[in-house]
Amino acid sequence: MTDVAAYATSTGEAFQFWVLGTVAVVGALCTVFMKKAVHSALCLAGTMIVLAVFYLANGAYFLGIVQIVVYTGAIMMLFLFVVMLVGVTAADSLKETIKGQRWLALLCGLGFGILLCAGIGNASLQEFNGLAQANSGGNVEGLAALIFTKYVFAFEITGALLITAAIGAMVLTHRERTERARTQRELAEQRVREGKQLPPLPAPGVYARHNAVDVPGLLPDGTPSELTVSRTLRERGQIRDVSDEAIQDLKALEQRAGERLGREEGVAK
Amino acid sequence: MNPVNYLYLAALLFTIGATGVLIRRNAIVVFMCVELMLNACNLAFVAFSRMHGNLDGQIIAFFTMVVAAAEVVVGLAIIVSLFRSRHSASVDDASLMKL
Repeated sequence: MTDVAAYATSTGEAFQFWVLGTVAVVGALCTVFMKKAVHSALCLAGTMIVLAVFYLANGAYFLGIVQIVVYTGAIMMLFLFVVMLVGVTAADSLKETIKGQRWLALLCGLGFGILLCAGIGNASLQEFNGLAQANSGGNVEGLAALIFTKYVFAFEITGALLITAAIGAMVLTHRERTERARTQRELAEQRVREGKQLPPLPAPGVYARHNAVDVPGLLPDGTPSELTVSRTLRERGQIRDVSDEAIQDLKALEQRAGERLGREEGVAK
Repeated sequence: MNPVNYLYLAALLFTIGATGVLIRRNAIVVFMCVELMLNACNLAFVAFSRMHGNLDGQIIAFFTMVVAAAEVVVGLAIIVSLFRSRHSASVDDASLMKL
């Protein structure tokens, strides 16, 4: 890139832009339209990585790396933690609280996009300078020179902001324990007093072949027992009933065994 | 290709993010769409920085990233405490100031 104003980037960059730009837009659309929050988070992480590549292509080497480390590394992982905490299966309610809100929102988005693109199209941005001169002493050095001179107050205030955010997060998520934690002996005595379930809760699993924790154990009469599945899974409605399935499997196994035995008998004869 | 195309891409991503904020009901996804909008702004800043040939745009993008990190920490803490009190991450359920 020359120091004088240029009118076009290299063909390689154009190719990169069209390929990765498509990926970024598809990732953004998937973020909005995926049903599960985990899928949205992963699509957003993909879009952010593509944006990091664009930063690098635009001469913002420091920001490109920071984008990967901070956004895809820290922020998206924080999102995934919260998704796990809040529950992966917490699906979106499809009921509209305001009638026709979805279509109006889409219409608003479309209008807003057209407005933005028209604004960019009307601006005279045909030539660009390029960062060759600004980056001549190194991108990080250039940024540092600006941060510690022109933007030093903003930088200091950023420190205050980060501290406030960290304290705020702690205050918001911290729960003060108002009563003493009950000891094991007290819990055992309470169980005896109530007389409901003295021994430990029964283990999940049906027969020996389904020992997954989301499969309830069967009572002697063949009905699944809700008590055997963890309370969290019960609340999420993630109990898998395989009592029929297990019987079908057993039938299939017996049939196959019979066929094989029959064939072997034939060979022996 | 002209770097103006980066601005068009940023506008498109911002619009998609804004539409997502309006459409989705899950607080976490709404928050992710806000992040998408912030990222689109950053892309525009970086592209402007290249067009004008100085690093000020990159500085602004850098500060945006710092603010976004702080915002995510506080926002996710709010979502977690909302979920604790209401057992739901839907923005429709958070219609009352107090339970």
